[in-house]
Amino acid sequence: MATPILAVEHVQVRYGSVPAIHDLTLHVDQGEIVTVLGANGAGKTTTLRMISGLHRPYSGKVFYEGEEIQGRPAHELVGLGLGHVPEGRRIFGTMTVRENLEMGAFGRRGNFSADFDHVYGLFPVLGERQKQLGGTLSGGEQQMLAIGRALMAKPRLLLLDEPSLGLAPLIIASIFVIIDRIRSEGVTVLLVEQNANQALRIADRGYVLESGEVRHEDSATALLGDDRIRRAYLGGED
Amino acid sequence: MFNYLIQGIFAGLIFSLLALGYTLVYGVLRLINFAHSEVLMTGGFAGYFYLHYTIGQHLVSGNIGETLFYIVTGVLISGVAGTVVAVAIERFAYRPLRRRNAPKLAYLISAIGASYFLLNLAGKEFGRYPTATSQPFDNHVVFTLWGGQISMYDFVILAASIVLLVTIDWIVSRTKMGRAIRAVAQDVETASLMGVNVNRTIAGTFALGGFMGGVAGFFVAINQGVAYDMGFKPALFAFTAAVLGGIGNVRGAMIGGVVLGIVMFTPIYWLGQPWLEEVIAFSVLVLILLFRPTGLLGERLGRSA
Ligand SMILES: Nc1ncnc2c1ncn2[C@@H]1O[C@H](COP(=O)(O)OP(=O)(O)O)[C@@H](O)[C@H]1O
Ligand SMILES: [Mg+2]
Repeated sequence: MATPILAVEHVQVRYGSVPAIHDLTLHVDQGEIVTVLGANGAGKTTTLRMISGLHRPYSGKVFYEGEEIQGRPAHELVGLGLGHVPEGRRIFGTMTVRENLEMGAFGRRGNFSADFDHVYGLFPVLGERQKQLGGTLSGGEQQMLAIGRALMAKPRLLLLDEPSLGLAPLIIASIFVIIDRIRSEGVTVLLVEQNANQALRIADRGYVLESGEVRHEDSATALLGDDRIRRAYLGGED
Repeated sequence: MFNYLIQGIFAGLIFSLLALGYTLVYGVLRLINFAHSEVLMTGGFAGYFYLHYTIGQHLVSGNIGETLFYIVTGVLISGVAGTVVAVAIERFAYRPLRRRNAPKLAYLISAIGASYFLLNLAGKEFGRYPTATSQPFDNHVVFTLWGGQISMYDFVILAASIVLLVTIDWIVSRTKMGRAIRAVAQDVETASLMGVNVNRTIAGTFALGGFMGGVAGFFVAINQGVAYDMGFKPALFAFTAAVLGGIGNVRGAMIGGVVLGIVMFTPIYWLGQPWLEEVIAFSVLVLILLFRPTGLLGERLGRSA
């Protein structure tokens, strides 16, 4: 069996002395879209922040491409190909769209014109608004910019934290289409969502998190078909 | 009156150099570096010793080449001394607190501690009495404009300040390090997700501010001599200037310094009371805090580009 691109093993994360994640074990294989579902406060954001180096785990191990990375600072992990689109988009509001994208390529050297073209190809609206300040974009455009910015670092694994949060249904649909396309271009995706229905439609597998623990773990199709999960997390719609 | 206006502008340029240190550090750490006065003091002493051991009691010839040589080397030496002290303050007084997520008050106490340590170290090593600095050039009046006299000293400050202020503006708005500084100022975590080494960027910010502060010390030293507590008053004025321009705003600090200098010195023409400059400076500070707490140009280092 090939080494998974990401493996989290028995990780506990604490805020002060309070554990937010108890004993988390999960993995993501090369080329997959894996989704982590769960209600508000379940520990999804904490999980991603721990993986990308923003928050040190209290115990346990994290392997990225077979290498132990827990406790390493975020700015080093970006260079290894670990991208993180944070919750709430976190656009640099007083920088232009183009400058935001340049920030995404901060750790790289050389010429990025092909990467700009690639991002503008995925999100034409960003190409039209290159000179506009990030803070003046709509929520959907900011989400596109946040994803495009992360792509500028040429990640091999992309962590996405609730990209659909607060967006209109049409925009959400287009964001999910893009995520699927990013995967088809060779980027592995770990997608945190509360929008379980749509996330499971593009995902291969899913984990359901509850109070900092994995409650269910299965293929996306099985999770979509599971009645208990439908009732608890999918809101029973469609 | 023009004489006072000129005096104000040149004093103001020194405030600007020093104010940059406050504003840059505030931009990235949301913290007033109250130990910055000692950066000026260190730069001043570095310049003093440099001139003491090169020129000593001799009179300089006053030719252009020699003048230029002493100014450029003196500025560099003082600037580097300021950089070293500022980076050391960051490394030993602030970084350990950052690693522990300390509350803001702890930084304030640490800053006061670092300031007293450096202040009294200088007092102990260099004596508690002010000393005149060897003059690196002949301070004659270069030209007269509408009755205002511009001396060699003014001329040098003007030239050096313009070069430094333009350079720092360019660094912050156009270079990679400047982009890192602006990103950290806006959002530390997201900056690190972009691959920005936050600790190194913060140290770089202190280094830039430290260089400017050290150079300000050089100019104070050749004009007024050195003393272990020489940083205290200029630092208060510079802090006022930084708040006046909008703390966290690079161009604001530059403009704030010159505006404060003019506001402080010009009224002396009518009122004839030199001690008034301090009353005016701190009245300005109180008035801004009351009516326009974000200063003339507003906050945010991120917007300074
Ligand atoms: N900075 C923080 N300090 C203390 N507790 C936190 C912090 N961030 C999150 N938590 C707690 O950790 C738990 C998990 O939060 P989070 O990871 O944000 O959940 P989710 O992203 O699934 O909504 C929650 O109980 C939350 O209150
Ligand atoms: Mg969350």
